[in-house]
Amino acid sequence: MPDFIAEWLNQNEIFTAMTIMEYWDGMVTTVHLVFLSLVIGLLVAVLLAILRTVRNPFVSGPVWLYTYLFRGTPLLIQLYIIYYGIAQIPGIQETFWWEIFREPFYPALLAFTLNTAAYTTEIIRGAIVSTPNGEIEAAKAYGMNWFMRMRRIVLPSAARRAVQAYSNEVIFMLHASAIASVVTIVDLTGAARNIYSRFYAPFDAFIFVALCYMALTFILVFAFRKLENHLLKHQRPVSG
Amino acid sequence: MLDLKGYGPALMEGAIVTIELAFLSLALSVALGLIGASAKLSQSRVAKGIATTYTTLIRGVPDLVMMLLFYYGGQVAVNMLSDYIWEAYEIDFFFQFDPFISGVVTIGLIFGAYMTETFRGAFLAVEKGQIEAARAYGFTRLHTFRRIMLPQMLRHALPGLGNNWQVLLKTTALVSIIGLTDMVRVAEEAAKAERMPFHFFIPVAAVYLALTAGSELFIKWLDKRANVGVVQGS
Repeated sequence: MPDFIAEWLNQNEIFTAMTIMEYWDGMVTTVHLVFLSLVIGLLVAVLLAILRTVRNPFVSGPVWLYTYLFRGTPLLIQLYIIYYGIAQIPGIQETFWWEIFREPFYPALLAFTLNTAAYTTEIIRGAIVSTPNGEIEAAKAYGMNWFMRMRRIVLPSAARRAVQAYSNEVIFMLHASAIASVVTIVDLTGAARNIYSRFYAPFDAFIFVALCYMALTFILVFAFRKLENHLLKHQRPVSG
Repeated sequence: MLDLKGYGPALMEGAIVTIELAFLSLALSVALGLIGASAKLSQSRVAKGIATTYTTLIRGVPDLVMMLLFYYGGQVAVNMLSDYIWEAYEIDFFFQFDPFISGVVTIGLIFGAYMTETFRGAFLAVEKGQIEAARAYGFTRLHTFRRIMLPQMLRHALPGLGNNWQVLLKTTALVSIIGLTDMVRVAEEAAKAERMPFHFFIPVAAVYLALTAGSELFIKWLDKRANVGVVQGS
């Protein structure tokens, strides 16, 4: 270790092993929360996106309304409604759901999942709708039924068109998860806020956490670039 | 009718604060976006480097963290500056960093980065022949920018600009976290005091929905106007 870093660490009162552990726990919470909401949100979104492209307006209408409502209002309000609202549902405090939703983690997970699912539904829907007609005709000519067409032709082809927009949504979700700290979850931002109020050192507390988020963001960007390269292998120039 | 338990006027005022905040941040972000895009497209390596660092930094950090940094850090910086000025010149200089200004600055800075990317793409979409023609007419660079680039670029920038505006509008809700009495803050206090979360948050959500839906229509109308002279391929 270079001397100046060692010296800086020795003189430092803020970045002790204790606070680093707090940041680490915060990072684990953030990653846990974001990862779970993204995975559940993606599964829900694939289903809803298929329903959204169904011709019957009684099927696609409610899905449209859901995405419209969740994309038209701030995530913070959705979080508040779910976090404060769940306790007010009559009778919930006697059921086992209360054991789960009493912890702030689960209302936040629910709000984030519903939010990301709404955005992702629209992304996937856009990709499904723009499937070239020839691909579907070819699949029909091969005698594939609807289910097989979806699974073998439409969804894989849509995934290629959706991956770029989806990577933006993932990064957006990581950044949006910072608001979990307002409902008393100690995520990365929550840890930074605690450390700020203990030492009254805004620059140390928040710049460090900004760097943590930046590192996470760049890891995601890198991973998605790899994934895009993999999915769009067939479009690479031959002489490359 | 909806009974807001006497919080109606406060919510109304909060809504006006939200709208003011949104428009001021939009103005700042458009200005920063134009500067950023010009810097990114300029010949100067330094300008390009600064603009690229700016957009990369902003896109890596959550808006809330940025806001907390500016709000709490801004106050500490002002305190330090005022101490320094007092010691050096014996001038009493101080101001309280209020949440509204921090909100406008943060949101403006964040969306300035997104606007930079939008405007950069839009400037690139203007045909090169147009600039060459302007040069041939003897336009100065500033003149070319104002008379040729800016009006033609707006058509290409509009969809991105509209998107950014929609996201910006929703981001304004975050300023309630650093203590601005906007409608989200009022609703939160009312919901806690009256123990009626749905009763106060759903109307606020509806106001946001009305704002985003209204802007969507307005942007569509603008887009139609801006593309009046363009033949759309079928």
